[in-house]
Amino acid sequence: MTTVTRAQLVEHIYSQVGLSRHESADLLESVLEMIVSRLEQGETVKLSGFGTFSVRQKGRRVGRNPKTGIEVPILPRSVLVFRPSQILRAEVNGESTEGLATESDES
Amino acid sequence: MTKSELISALSAAHPHLNARDVELIVQTILTEISTALSRGDRVEIRGFGAFVVKKRDARQGRNPRTGSTVAVSEKTIPFFKAGKELRERVNAQVSGAHLPGTHLSRSKRG
Repeated sequence: MTTVTRAQLVEHIYSQVGLSRHESADLLESVLEMIVSRLEQGETVKLSGFGTFSVRQKGRRVGRNPKTGIEVPILPRSVLVFRPSQILRAEVNGESTEGLATESDES
Repeated sequence: MTKSELISALSAAHPHLNARDVELIVQTILTEISTALSRGDRVEIRGFGAFVVKKRDARQGRNPRTGSTVAVSEKTIPFFKAGKELRERVNAQVSGAHLPGTHLSRSKRG
């Protein structure tokens, strides 16, 4: 199993689009930054055919340090959740994605 | 924000590129992540997060309507774990903690 990192993504952009490697790298950062900045504002980002990133609010609860057993309060917080699309789920299982409508851009 | 809104926003931020190229860039990134996951590879983007696949064993499920047992075969699930910076930025307003300089830190093009 290998790990795909920024470098490989940049290479793919470079070979698909007529941009320099430098610009390809900048564009990748730009895409990521744009997604993150929306999530930061609590907005949901839906990428059809891929999945949805959304921010979920978690309430306060009492947790426990698993090592010491001491109770510690866990404060309310926002966490990010990613829900893969039907298409991505099917692809990962080597199933045909035919007949799975690209969920359209509307919510 | 949807994919098409993302493409419009990027086009606005990069006026020297045409919209078709911007669309191709976004699609290339998503396709490459999907393809890597299909191969069973992981995709790790520091500061953003990691996409991995998790295996779920076969199990006996139940049809919730009839209650009859059905065999659910083994399957693979795409999973995303947010990176530290993304996690902190998403959580920033709630905790009120201002995280200075937490932009997707990445040394300007190495």
